[in-house]
Amino acid sequence: MKITLWGVRGSIPTSGPDTEYYGGNTSCIEVSQDDTVLILDAGSGMQRMNNTLQLSGNRVDILLTHLHFDHIQGLGFFKPLFDPKIEVHLWGPASSTKTLKSRISRYFSPPLFPVHFRDLPCNLHLHEVGNNTFTIGPFTIKSKYVTHPGPTVGYRISDKHAVFTYIPDHEPALGAHGLIPDLNWLSGSDLAENADLLVHDSQYTAEEYKSKMGWGHCSINDAATFAQLTGVKRLLLSHHDPSHTDKEISRMFDDFSSHNKLPFKYEMAIEGTEIEL
Amino acid sequence: MSYEIEIILNRQLADCMSIPVFITDTKGNLIFYNEPAEDVLGKTYEDTGEMPVEVWSSIFKTKDLDGKDIPPEDLPLVKTLQNCLPYHKTFLIENLKGVSEKISLTSYPIIGRPGKFLGAVAIFWRHND
Repeated sequence: MKITLWGVRGSIPTSGPDTEYYGGNTSCIEVSQDDTVLILDAGSGMQRMNNTLQLSGNRVDILLTHLHFDHIQGLGFFKPLFDPKIEVHLWGPASSTKTLKSRISRYFSPPLFPVHFRDLPCNLHLHEVGNNTFTIGPFTIKSKYVTHPGPTVGYRISDKHAVFTYIPDHEPALGAHGLIPDLNWLSGSDLAENADLLVHDSQYTAEEYKSKMGWGHCSINDAATFAQLTGVKRLLLSHHDPSHTDKEISRMFDDFSSHNKLPFKYEMAIEGTEIEL
Repeated sequence: MSYEIEIILNRQLADCMSIPVFITDTKGNLIFYNEPAEDVLGKTYEDTGEMPVEVWSSIFKTKDLDGKDIPPEDLPLVKTLQNCLPYHKTFLIENLKGVSEKISLTSYPIIGRPGKFLGAVAIFWRHND
Protein backbone atom coordinates (compact mmCIF):
# COMPACT_ATOMS: atom_id res chain seq x y z
CA MET A 1 0.00 0.00 0.00
CA LYS A 2 1.10 3.54 -0.65
CA ILE A 3 0.61 6.09 2.12
CA THR A 4 0.77 9.84 1.69
CA LEU A 5 0.62 12.26 4.60
CA TRP A 6 -1.38 15.33 3.54
CA GLY A 7 -1.88 16.78 7.00
CA VAL A 8 -0.15 16.04 10.31
CA ARG A 9 -0.94 19.17 12.33
CA GLY A 10 -3.38 19.06 15.23
CA SER A 11 -6.29 21.25 16.22
CA ILE A 12 -6.08 24.09 13.66
CA PRO A 13 -4.30 24.70 10.34
CA THR A 14 -1.08 26.54 11.02
CA SER A 15 0.50 27.89 7.86
CA GLY A 16 3.51 30.15 7.79
CA PRO A 17 7.27 30.17 7.65
CA ASP A 18 7.58 28.74 11.16
CA THR A 19 5.68 25.56 10.29
CA GLU A 20 6.56 24.93 6.65
CA TYR A 21 8.96 22.03 7.33
CA TYR A 22 6.60 19.74 9.28
CA GLY A 23 3.54 21.30 7.68
CA GLY A 24 0.52 23.19 8.92
CA ASN A 25 -2.39 21.22 7.46
CA THR A 26 -4.58 19.19 9.79
CA SER A 27 -5.14 15.44 9.67
CA CYS A 28 -5.52 13.79 6.29
CA ILE A 29 -3.80 10.67 4.98
CA GLU A 30 -4.23 8.91 1.66
CA VAL A 31 -3.84 5.15 1.46
CA SER A 32 -3.98 3.54 -1.96
CA GLN A 33 -3.43 0.28 -3.69
CA ASP A 34 -4.31 -0.46 -7.29
CA ASP A 35 -7.70 1.20 -7.92
CA THR A 36 -8.67 1.55 -4.27
CA VAL A 37 -8.22 4.85 -2.48
CA LEU A 38 -8.85 5.34 1.24
CA ILE A 39 -8.68 8.77 2.80
CA LEU A 40 -8.16 8.85 6.54
CA ASP A 41 -9.69 11.97 8.03
CA ALA A 42 -10.69 15.08 6.19
CA GLY A 43 -8.68 17.87 7.78
CA SER A 44 -7.31 20.80 5.84
CA GLY A 45 -4.69 18.50 4.28
CA MET A 46 -7.52 17.25 2.09
CA GLN A 47 -7.36 20.49 0.12
CA ARG A 48 -3.75 19.82 -0.84
CA MET A 49 -4.67 16.27 -1.83
CA ASN A 50 -7.40 17.62 -4.12
CA ASN A 51 -4.73 18.79 -6.53
CA THR A 52 -3.16 15.39 -7.04
CA LEU A 53 -5.88 12.84 -6.33
CA GLN A 54 -6.58 10.69 -9.33
CA LEU A 55 -9.34 8.14 -9.07
CA SER A 56 -9.00 5.38 -11.60
CA GLY A 57 -12.33 3.96 -10.45
CA ASN A 58 -15.51 5.78 -9.58
CA ARG A 59 -15.34 5.20 -5.84
CA VAL A 60 -13.51 6.78 -2.93
CA ASP A 61 -13.76 5.92 0.76
CA ILE A 62 -13.25 8.49 3.51
CA LEU A 63 -12.67 7.05 6.97
CA LEU A 64 -13.15 9.59 9.73
CA THR A 65 -11.70 8.87 13.17
CA HIS A 66 -14.04 11.43 14.74
CA LEU A 67 -15.84 14.63 13.95
CA HIS A 68 -13.74 17.29 15.64
CA PHE A 69 -13.35 20.17 13.25
CA ASP A 70 -9.67 19.63 12.47
CA HIS A 71 -10.65 16.22 11.08
CA ILE A 72 -13.54 17.30 8.87
CA GLN A 73 -12.89 20.87 7.78
CA GLY A 74 -11.51 19.81 4.38
CA LEU A 75 -14.57 17.75 3.58
CA GLY A 76 -16.64 20.59 2.16
CA PHE A 77 -13.96 21.30 -0.44
CA PHE A 78 -13.32 17.71 -1.49
CA LYS A 79 -13.94 17.72 -5.23
CA PRO A 80 -15.45 14.20 -5.58
CA LEU A 81 -18.33 15.25 -3.30
CA PHE A 82 -19.50 17.53 -6.09
CA ASP A 83 -19.15 14.97 -8.90
CA PRO A 84 -22.34 12.96 -9.58
CA LYS A 85 -20.31 10.21 -11.23
CA ILE A 86 -18.38 9.44 -8.05
CA GLU A 87 -19.47 7.06 -5.30
CA VAL A 88 -18.27 8.52 -2.00
CA HIS A 89 -18.37 6.24 1.03
CA LEU A 90 -18.09 8.11 4.29
CA TRP A 91 -17.23 6.04 7.36
CA GLY A 92 -17.27 7.46 10.88
CA PRO A 93 -17.78 6.54 14.52
CA ALA A 94 -21.24 5.68 15.74
CA SER A 95 -22.65 7.74 18.60
CA SER A 96 -25.17 6.61 21.21
CA THR A 97 -27.42 9.56 20.52
CA LYS A 98 -27.25 10.93 16.97
CA THR A 99 -26.64 9.40 13.57
CA LEU A 100 -23.46 10.07 11.63
CA LYS A 101 -25.55 11.87 9.04
CA SER A 102 -27.10 14.25 11.54
CA ARG A 103 -23.74 15.04 13.11
CA ILE A 104 -21.96 15.72 9.81
CA SER A 105 -24.95 17.73 8.62
CA ARG A 106 -24.20 20.27 11.35
CA TYR A 107 -21.10 21.22 9.39
CA PHE A 108 -22.79 20.97 5.98
CA SER A 109 -25.40 23.61 6.74
CA PRO A 110 -25.61 27.41 6.97
CA PRO A 111 -24.17 29.41 8.56
CA LEU A 112 -21.12 27.14 8.79
CA PHE A 113 -21.25 26.02 5.14
CA PRO A 114 -23.36 27.15 2.19
CA VAL A 115 -24.17 23.70 0.80
CA HIS A 116 -26.54 21.37 2.63
CA PHE A 117 -25.42 17.77 3.08
CA ARG A 118 -28.50 16.49 1.25
CA ASP A 119 -27.65 18.65 -1.77
CA LEU A 120 -24.24 17.12 -2.41
CA PRO A 121 -24.39 15.76 -5.97
CA CYS A 122 -22.12 12.72 -5.50
CA ASN A 123 -23.48 9.26 -4.88
CA LEU A 124 -23.03 9.33 -1.11
CA HIS A 125 -23.06 6.34 1.24
CA LEU A 126 -22.69 6.65 5.01
CA HIS A 127 -21.37 3.90 7.27
CA GLU A 128 -21.29 4.02 11.05
CA VAL A 129 -18.47 2.09 12.66
CA GLY A 130 -17.58 1.11 16.21
CA ASN A 131 -15.64 -1.99 17.14
CA ASN A 132 -15.89 -3.54 13.68
CA THR A 133 -13.97 -5.27 10.91
CA PHE A 134 -14.84 -4.59 7.28
CA THR A 135 -13.25 -4.78 3.86
CA ILE A 136 -12.76 -2.19 1.14
CA GLY A 137 -11.09 -3.50 -2.01
CA PRO A 138 -7.83 -5.19 -1.04
CA PHE A 139 -7.92 -3.74 2.48
CA THR A 140 -9.22 -5.35 5.66
CA ILE A 141 -10.00 -2.61 8.13
CA LYS A 142 -10.52 -2.88 11.84
CA SER A 143 -12.00 0.04 13.73
CA LYS A 144 -12.16 0.40 17.48
CA TYR A 145 -13.10 3.14 19.92
CA VAL A 146 -10.13 4.78 21.63
CA THR A 147 -9.69 7.26 24.46
CA HIS A 148 -10.53 10.73 23.16
CA PRO A 149 -13.46 13.05 23.97
CA GLY A 150 -16.58 12.10 21.99
CA PRO A 151 -16.97 9.00 19.83
CA THR A 152 -13.52 8.41 18.32
CA VAL A 153 -12.07 5.37 16.61
CA GLY A 154 -8.68 4.34 15.33
CA TYR A 155 -8.14 2.23 12.22
CA ARG A 156 -5.97 -0.79 11.51
CA ILE A 157 -5.60 -1.29 7.76
CA SER A 158 -4.17 -4.54 6.44
CA ASP A 159 -3.45 -5.84 2.99
CA LYS A 160 -1.50 -8.86 1.79
CA HIS A 161 1.80 -7.20 2.54
CA ALA A 162 1.56 -4.92 5.54
CA VAL A 163 -0.39 -3.44 8.42
CA PHE A 164 -0.85 0.30 8.87
CA THR A 165 -2.42 1.71 12.03
CA TYR A 166 -3.79 5.22 12.33
CA ILE A 167 -4.67 6.71 15.74
CA PRO A 168 -4.16 10.45 15.35
CA ASP A 169 -6.07 11.59 18.44
CA HIS A 170 -5.53 9.43 21.46
CA GLU A 171 -4.92 9.75 25.17
CA PRO A 172 -3.95 6.25 26.34
CA ALA A 173 -2.38 7.61 29.53
CA LEU A 174 -5.53 9.17 30.95
CA GLY A 175 -5.76 8.11 34.58
CA ALA A 176 -4.13 8.38 37.98
CA HIS A 177 -1.05 6.38 37.10
CA GLY A 178 -0.83 7.06 33.38
CA LEU A 179 -0.61 4.42 30.73
CA ILE A 180 -1.29 0.87 31.96
CA PRO A 181 1.50 -1.40 30.66
CA ASP A 182 -0.85 -4.31 29.95
CA LEU A 183 -2.24 -4.76 26.44
CA ASN A 184 -5.62 -5.87 27.82
CA TRP A 185 -5.97 -2.50 29.52
CA LEU A 186 -4.38 -0.29 26.90
CA SER A 187 -6.70 1.72 24.68
CA GLY A 188 -5.92 1.12 21.01
CA SER A 189 -3.60 -1.83 21.58
CA ASP A 190 -5.60 -4.20 19.34
CA LEU A 191 -5.25 -1.75 16.51
CA ALA A 192 -1.53 -1.19 16.82
CA GLU A 193 -0.23 -4.63 17.78
CA ASN A 194 2.76 -5.53 15.57
CA ALA A 195 1.83 -2.98 12.92
CA ASP A 196 4.41 -2.19 10.27
CA LEU A 197 3.62 1.50 10.63
CA LEU A 198 1.79 3.46 13.30
CA VAL A 199 0.79 7.09 12.91
CA HIS A 200 0.00 8.27 16.42
CA ASP A 201 -0.82 11.37 18.40
CA SER A 202 2.19 13.00 20.11
CA GLN A 203 0.92 16.53 20.51
CA TYR A 204 2.75 17.41 23.71
CA THR A 205 6.04 17.13 25.52
CA ALA A 206 5.82 15.17 28.77
CA GLU A 207 5.94 18.47 30.66
CA GLU A 208 3.14 20.03 28.58
CA TYR A 209 0.95 16.97 29.05
CA LYS A 210 0.80 17.56 32.81
CA SER A 211 -1.37 20.62 32.25
CA LYS A 212 -3.33 19.16 29.31
CA MET A 213 -4.50 15.92 30.87
CA GLY A 214 -8.01 15.04 29.75
CA TRP A 215 -7.81 17.03 26.53
CA GLY A 216 -7.61 13.80 24.55
CA HIS A 217 -4.01 13.87 23.39
CA CYS A 218 -0.72 12.27 24.09
CA SER A 219 2.86 13.14 25.01
CA ILE A 220 5.72 12.03 22.81
CA ASN A 221 6.85 9.81 25.70
CA ASP A 222 3.49 8.07 26.03
CA ALA A 223 3.24 7.65 22.25
CA ALA A 224 6.63 5.94 22.22
CA THR A 225 5.72 3.74 25.19
CA PHE A 226 2.45 2.80 23.49
CA ALA A 227 4.35 1.86 20.32
CA GLN A 228 6.89 -0.16 22.25
CA LEU A 229 4.26 -2.06 24.22
CA THR A 230 2.32 -2.89 21.07
CA GLY A 231 5.39 -3.97 19.14
CA VAL A 232 5.09 -1.67 16.15
CA LYS A 233 7.94 -1.64 13.66
CA ARG A 234 7.87 2.05 12.78
CA LEU A 235 6.28 5.05 14.48
CA LEU A 236 5.37 8.39 12.98
CA LEU A 237 4.64 10.98 15.67
CA SER A 238 1.81 13.17 14.52
CA HIS A 239 -0.90 15.71 15.38
CA HIS A 240 1.69 18.41 16.06
CA ASP A 241 0.54 21.10 18.42
CA PRO A 242 -0.40 24.29 16.52
CA SER A 243 1.72 26.36 18.90
CA HIS A 244 4.84 24.35 18.09
CA THR A 245 7.12 25.80 15.42
CA ASP A 246 9.39 23.63 13.30
CA LYS A 247 12.29 24.42 15.61
CA GLU A 248 10.28 23.44 18.66
CA ILE A 249 9.10 20.17 17.10
CA SER A 250 12.69 19.29 16.16
CA ARG A 251 13.90 20.20 19.65
CA MET A 252 11.09 18.14 21.18
CA PHE A 253 12.21 15.14 19.13
CA ASP A 254 15.89 15.66 19.89
CA ASP A 255 15.24 16.00 23.62
CA PHE A 256 13.21 12.83 23.61
CA SER A 257 15.52 10.75 21.44
CA SER A 258 18.63 11.78 23.36
CA HIS A 259 17.14 10.18 26.48
CA ASN A 260 15.31 7.24 24.93
CA LYS A 261 16.67 4.44 22.79
CA LEU A 262 13.84 2.52 21.21
CA PRO A 263 14.00 -0.78 19.33
CA PHE A 264 12.15 0.57 16.31
CA LYS A 265 12.39 3.48 13.90
CA TYR A 266 10.54 6.59 14.97
CA GLU A 267 10.36 10.12 13.65
CA MET A 268 8.19 13.19 13.57
CA ALA A 269 5.60 13.06 10.79
CA ILE A 270 6.20 15.51 7.95
CA GLU A 271 3.43 16.69 5.63
CA GLY A 272 3.93 15.45 2.08
CA THR A 273 5.80 12.29 3.09
CA GLU A 274 5.11 9.22 0.93
CA ILE A 275 5.66 5.74 2.30
CA GLU A 276 5.39 2.40 0.54
CA LEU A 277 4.55 -0.55 2.78
CA MET B 1 -7.78 -8.63 22.87
CA SER B 2 -8.08 -5.47 24.92
CA TYR B 3 -11.16 -4.48 26.86
CA GLU B 4 -13.55 -1.95 25.41
CA ILE B 5 -12.65 1.65 26.06
CA GLU B 6 -15.59 2.09 28.45
CA ILE B 7 -14.21 -0.67 30.69
CA ILE B 8 -10.69 0.76 30.53
CA LEU B 9 -11.94 4.23 31.49
CA ASN B 10 -13.92 2.77 34.41
CA ARG B 11 -10.71 1.14 35.65
CA GLN B 12 -8.81 4.41 35.31
CA LEU B 13 -11.57 6.16 37.27
CA ALA B 14 -11.57 3.44 39.94
CA ASP B 15 -7.82 3.82 40.22
CA CYS B 16 -8.32 7.47 41.22
CA MET B 17 -10.93 6.78 43.89
CA SER B 18 -10.45 6.22 47.60
CA ILE B 19 -13.51 4.01 47.99
CA PRO B 20 -13.57 0.31 47.07
CA VAL B 21 -14.55 -0.30 43.46
CA PHE B 22 -14.94 -3.67 41.74
CA ILE B 23 -15.35 -4.11 37.98
CA THR B 24 -16.74 -7.26 36.43
CA ASP B 25 -17.36 -8.51 32.93
CA THR B 26 -20.89 -9.38 31.84
CA LYS B 27 -20.67 -12.81 33.48
CA GLY B 28 -19.60 -11.42 36.86
CA ASN B 29 -15.94 -12.39 36.62
CA LEU B 30 -13.89 -9.84 38.57
CA ILE B 31 -11.61 -8.13 36.07
CA PHE B 32 -10.33 -5.29 38.25
CA TYR B 33 -10.46 -3.97 41.80
CA ASN B 34 -8.74 -0.90 43.18
CA GLU B 35 -6.52 -0.48 46.23
CA PRO B 36 -9.34 0.32 48.69
CA ALA B 37 -11.09 -2.82 47.44
CA GLU B 38 -7.97 -4.83 48.19
CA ASP B 39 -8.47 -3.94 51.83
CA VAL B 40 -12.02 -5.30 51.71
CA LEU B 41 -11.04 -8.49 49.90
CA GLY B 42 -7.89 -9.13 51.88
CA LYS B 43 -6.14 -9.80 48.58
CA THR B 44 -4.25 -7.68 46.09
CA TYR B 45 -4.96 -7.30 42.40
CA GLU B 46 -1.25 -7.69 41.78
CA ASP B 47 -1.39 -11.16 43.38
CA THR B 48 -4.72 -12.43 42.12
CA GLY B 49 -5.19 -10.74 38.75
CA GLU B 50 -8.66 -11.39 37.42
CA MET B 51 -10.89 -13.77 39.39
CA PRO B 52 -13.70 -16.03 38.13
CA VAL B 53 -17.11 -15.21 39.58
CA GLU B 54 -17.26 -18.43 41.62
CA VAL B 55 -13.93 -17.62 43.29
CA TRP B 56 -14.44 -14.03 44.30
CA SER B 57 -18.09 -14.44 45.24
CA SER B 58 -17.07 -17.11 47.75
CA ILE B 59 -14.81 -14.70 49.64
CA PHE B 60 -17.78 -13.05 51.34
CA LYS B 61 -20.84 -14.25 53.18
CA THR B 62 -23.67 -11.75 52.94
CA LYS B 63 -26.35 -11.20 55.57
CA ASP B 64 -29.12 -8.68 55.93
CA LEU B 65 -29.18 -6.26 58.87
CA ASP B 66 -31.12 -8.83 60.89
CA GLY B 67 -28.37 -11.39 60.35
CA LYS B 68 -30.23 -13.56 57.83
CA ASP B 69 -28.40 -14.91 54.77
CA ILE B 70 -29.10 -12.97 51.56
CA PRO B 71 -29.73 -15.18 48.55
CA PRO B 72 -27.33 -14.30 45.67
CA GLU B 73 -30.19 -13.22 43.41
CA ASP B 74 -31.02 -10.40 45.85
CA LEU B 75 -27.54 -8.87 45.79
CA PRO B 76 -27.24 -5.59 43.87
CA LEU B 77 -24.39 -6.65 41.60
CA VAL B 78 -26.09 -9.93 40.68
CA LYS B 79 -29.27 -8.00 39.84
CA THR B 80 -27.32 -5.48 37.78
CA LEU B 81 -25.72 -8.29 35.78
CA GLN B 82 -29.12 -9.88 35.22
CA ASN B 83 -31.13 -6.77 34.41
CA CYS B 84 -28.61 -4.16 33.24
CA LEU B 85 -29.97 -1.72 35.80
CA PRO B 86 -28.44 0.06 38.81
CA TYR B 87 -29.17 -1.19 42.33
CA HIS B 88 -28.32 -0.20 45.89
CA LYS B 89 -28.54 -2.09 49.17
CA THR B 90 -27.17 -1.88 52.70
CA PHE B 91 -26.18 -5.20 54.29
CA LEU B 92 -23.49 -7.06 56.21
CA ILE B 93 -20.53 -8.87 54.71
CA GLU B 94 -18.42 -11.43 56.52
CA ASN B 95 -14.99 -12.22 55.13
CA LEU B 96 -13.07 -15.51 55.32
CA LYS B 97 -11.63 -14.52 58.68
CA GLY B 98 -15.13 -14.21 60.09
CA VAL B 99 -14.97 -10.43 60.41
CA SER B 100 -18.34 -8.81 59.81
CA GLU B 101 -18.81 -5.32 58.38
CA LYS B 102 -21.78 -3.17 57.45
CA ILE B 103 -21.63 -1.80 53.93
CA SER B 104 -23.82 -0.16 51.34
CA LEU B 105 -23.29 -1.36 47.81
CA THR B 106 -24.12 0.59 44.67
CA SER B 107 -23.87 -1.26 41.40
CA TYR B 108 -24.36 0.01 37.87
CA PRO B 109 -24.08 -1.51 34.42
CA ILE B 110 -21.48 -0.30 31.95
CA ILE B 111 -23.44 0.39 28.79
CA GLY B 112 -21.05 1.32 26.02
CA ARG B 113 -21.55 2.63 22.52
CA PRO B 114 -23.94 1.98 20.94
CA GLY B 115 -25.98 0.66 23.84
CA LYS B 116 -23.91 -2.47 24.36
CA PHE B 117 -23.75 -4.08 27.81
CA LEU B 118 -20.08 -4.54 28.65
CA GLY B 119 -19.89 -5.26 32.37
CA ALA B 120 -20.71 -3.84 35.78
CA VAL B 121 -19.22 -1.77 38.56
CA ALA B 122 -19.81 -2.30 42.27
CA ILE B 123 -18.93 0.44 44.73
CA PHE B 124 -18.72 -0.43 48.43
CA TRP B 125 -19.54 2.27 50.94
CA ARG B 126 -18.06 1.17 54.25
CA HIS B 127 -19.96 2.27 57.34
CA ASN B 128 -17.18 1.52 59.85
CA ASP B 129 -19.67 1.45 62.71
